[in-house]
Amino acid sequence: MNGILVYLLILLIAALLSPVIIQRGGRHAAWLLGLISAAGFAMFLTYAPLTSAGEELSLTINWLPELYLNFSLYLDGLSLFFALLITGMGALVLVFAGKYMQPYPLRHRFFFLILLFEFAMLALVISGNLFTMFIFWELTSVSSFLLVGFSHEKPEARNAALQALLITVAGGLAMMAGFIILGQAAGTLEIPLLLKSGDIIRNHPHYLPALLLILAGAFTKSAQFPFHFWLPGAMQAPSPVSAFLHSATMVKAGIYLLMRLSPVMGGTPEWKYILTITGAITMLLGGYFAYSQTDFKKVLAYTTISALGILVLMLGIDTDISIKAAIIFLLVHALYKGALFMIAGLIDKSAGSRDLRKLGGLFRVMPVAAVAAIISLLSMAGLPPMIGFIGKELIYEAKIGLPDIGNFLLLAGVLTNVIMVAISLALIFNLFLGPLKYPGEKPNRPALALRIGPMILAFISLIFGLFPSTVAGLLLRPAITSIRPGIDTLKLALWHGFNEVLLVSFITVAAGVALFLLYRKVNPALTRFNNEVITFRFADAFNKGLDFFLSLTKKKTALVQSGYQRYYLIAIFIMTSALAWYQITYTWNEPAFTIISPPGIYELLIVALIVASTLFATLARSRLAAILSLGTTGYGIALLFIIYGAIDVAITMILAETLVLVLFMAVIYHLPKFTNFSSKMTRLRDAVIALSAGGFMTGLVLKAGQINLNPKISEFYNENALSMAHGKNTVNVILVDFRALDTLGEITVLVIAAIGVTALLKLITKKGSAT
Amino acid sequence: MRSHLLQMAASRILPVTMILSLLVFYRGHNDPGGGFIGGLMAAAGFVFYALAFDTREAEKKLRVSPMMLIASGLSVAFISTLPALFAGNPFFTGEWISISLPFSAKLKLGTPMLFDFGVYLTVWGIMLTVIFNIMEE
Repeated sequence: MNGILVYLLILLIAALLSPVIIQRGGRHAAWLLGLISAAGFAMFLTYAPLTSAGEELSLTINWLPELYLNFSLYLDGLSLFFALLITGMGALVLVFAGKYMQPYPLRHRFFFLILLFEFAMLALVISGNLFTMFIFWELTSVSSFLLVGFSHEKPEARNAALQALLITVAGGLAMMAGFIILGQAAGTLEIPLLLKSGDIIRNHPHYLPALLLILAGAFTKSAQFPFHFWLPGAMQAPSPVSAFLHSATMVKAGIYLLMRLSPVMGGTPEWKYILTITGAITMLLGGYFAYSQTDFKKVLAYTTISALGILVLMLGIDTDISIKAAIIFLLVHALYKGALFMIAGLIDKSAGSRDLRKLGGLFRVMPVAAVAAIISLLSMAGLPPMIGFIGKELIYEAKIGLPDIGNFLLLAGVLTNVIMVAISLALIFNLFLGPLKYPGEKPNRPALALRIGPMILAFISLIFGLFPSTVAGLLLRPAITSIRPGIDTLKLALWHGFNEVLLVSFITVAAGVALFLLYRKVNPALTRFNNEVITFRFADAFNKGLDFFLSLTKKKTALVQSGYQRYYLIAIFIMTSALAWYQITYTWNEPAFTIISPPGIYELLIVALIVASTLFATLARSRLAAILSLGTTGYGIALLFIIYGAIDVAITMILAETLVLVLFMAVIYHLPKFTNFSSKMTRLRDAVIALSAGGFMTGLVLKAGQINLNPKISEFYNENALSMAHGKNTVNVILVDFRALDTLGEITVLVIAAIGVTALLKLITKKGSAT
Repeated sequence: MRSHLLQMAASRILPVTMILSLLVFYRGHNDPGGGFIGGLMAAAGFVFYALAFDTREAEKKLRVSPMMLIASGLSVAFISTLPALFAGNPFFTGEWISISLPFSAKLKLGTPMLFDFGVYLTVWGIMLTVIFNIMEE
């Protein structure tokens, strides 16, 4: 497990160093980065025998164990499966990006971001604690935000990035709330322990809210209906990002979460209904929109939505066979989608367009890439002998014979696959066969770095299809048993005899071919229909909602924030004293205020001094006199602190008072002459407010003497300061040891305040110098 | 309002305040004092210096910018929480070592002291940032 921790660090360091590597390393620097990712793949592969023997590895570094927060790693079959996907796909994508990103001036930044993205995703899937996972989950959102908006000079890219960020992070925050409920219910956030407490969680009264919140996270991340619309927008990112994001990262994070929590939260009727219905709608919707697109990348983006719907649906059905189908289809989809996005980028690069209407016959120019694309498309269509066929057959098998809405699901599945077959055939015939068509200069042969990724992925699609058992035992079975313990056998084969499934497949292919033949007639009509009739666009609606929200907050801010400090202070004083007064008099059923000990002569003298100087401050005729008398008040209070033995507080008070006085003196020099701004009425108003605020404070102090909420607190500190924290000064020990987290928070707040002051003053000076 | 007398006094007082503030910071763990008070005292010395000369001179005397003090202070405070992780304890646990000095004296060093030093630097930097900025106005 330490090896994995070290590898995570290496990946992070590689990310940090990548800008330098790319800038100094020459043309082939990206191969080195790809190699680092490939090394991770190889390392994870060495763990495969362990996980396939049913072993689980974990590592925990305590962080805040009282709040169940730890940095934990956990590796079982499922994590390993995802880790291999991420590192393997990462290696290919990095090599691809090395060539693809060459014309971009900011490519060194790109490599930093994409490696950070890979790191975050990898850390997410091998997190052993839900909060560790949450942190990396949000890191994937942030890094993908920067990647989607990479071409930040384009407003569409910025918009798409913002949309993806807002949706996935909002979902992520909901998910965090769900995790907290889960942690409360199970008493732990450690995944290995959670996996054993499924029954407790499913029977907990807060199961449903927790489920809904966590599903919000998973569904937004994995682009499920009605949150699907950010995904097509995200294709504003450069092609390598799309290939990575759609095949192994980001959108798969939601699927991973569902798979991870399936043994803990799955199996209930709520889980089944929400997942199957959402999955089915997403699947159909993605398929429908994919069919009517003309941009190659957009087609792929919508088929990803459809595929994600299928995965969620399979997890919702939650039978042995459906879990098997989900894992295999995940692999199938990652393989073909990664290859196809790279090919989309490569076509865009060499033929100058991604528009399906402008392209054709590309087989003549790029035969190798075309073969890789055709294999991947056949896998997408679910045709033999690709692994896509096996995946599709398993999905059908899982749907056949389901109770309740099983027939509807089967029908929806067949319909989706019919569309997939038609789209695949259309892409094959449109893009690669027929006469050569391209909009720009004559397409050039793509470089090796661009071709190698799709070639390897297509080859794997084919090999896994022909020899499925090689991968089944080592990788897929451990992943499946992590979700559903007890499944021991996993037999995969292209040929499984004549049965209902094969019959459904035949029907699918036949209907798919028919739909393909209609493609040229139906497609333009459908596009027009989508553009004109379905005017309600989710993405537009989201943007409008966002604009509305922003204008609303602006109005609200204008209403509440007058810009005059005196009104803020008045509001604060009145509200605080009124609320606290209510609390003191009505809700604490204690005897009336009593004075604990009669004050001594010194105290009375000091109080008289304070009162006198306060009065003098309000009546003063010059600023200087007012400030000095206010200072006297402060020193008087410090004296009181000394009398009662709070030396530390007194010293702090004196120093702060001195600094404030000096500050006032420095400012006063520049201020205009003192004039009396306030009328008699405002003075009266201020006096009333001041008296009520002061009165409530006095009451509170008097009351506080009687109420001992927890008498042991101060005793605890006095007793343990020396023994536990090695200090005799209890005040200081509390600040730096017992409550150090608070102190860290406080100094951070102070720092922010200081930065705010600086920024404000700089702003004023700038404005002043401009006029 | 340059006063030669004030300038003489300020340049003599500044080192004394600094030593005093470090002393107050150090004794804080067992006697009244600590990072917060020490930081305020150090800031007071420099503010006095800035009053006598001007803020630019004071910043020159300080050698680093107040923002630098803030940044290093926060970093020191944060770093002081990490040794606990390596010792296998939860985040923020105080870790102590005791070093034997000649004459049978013992120097006890711990992460809370380091943390307090971070507070010292931060408070010092914050006060100077705010006050210098306003004085420059």
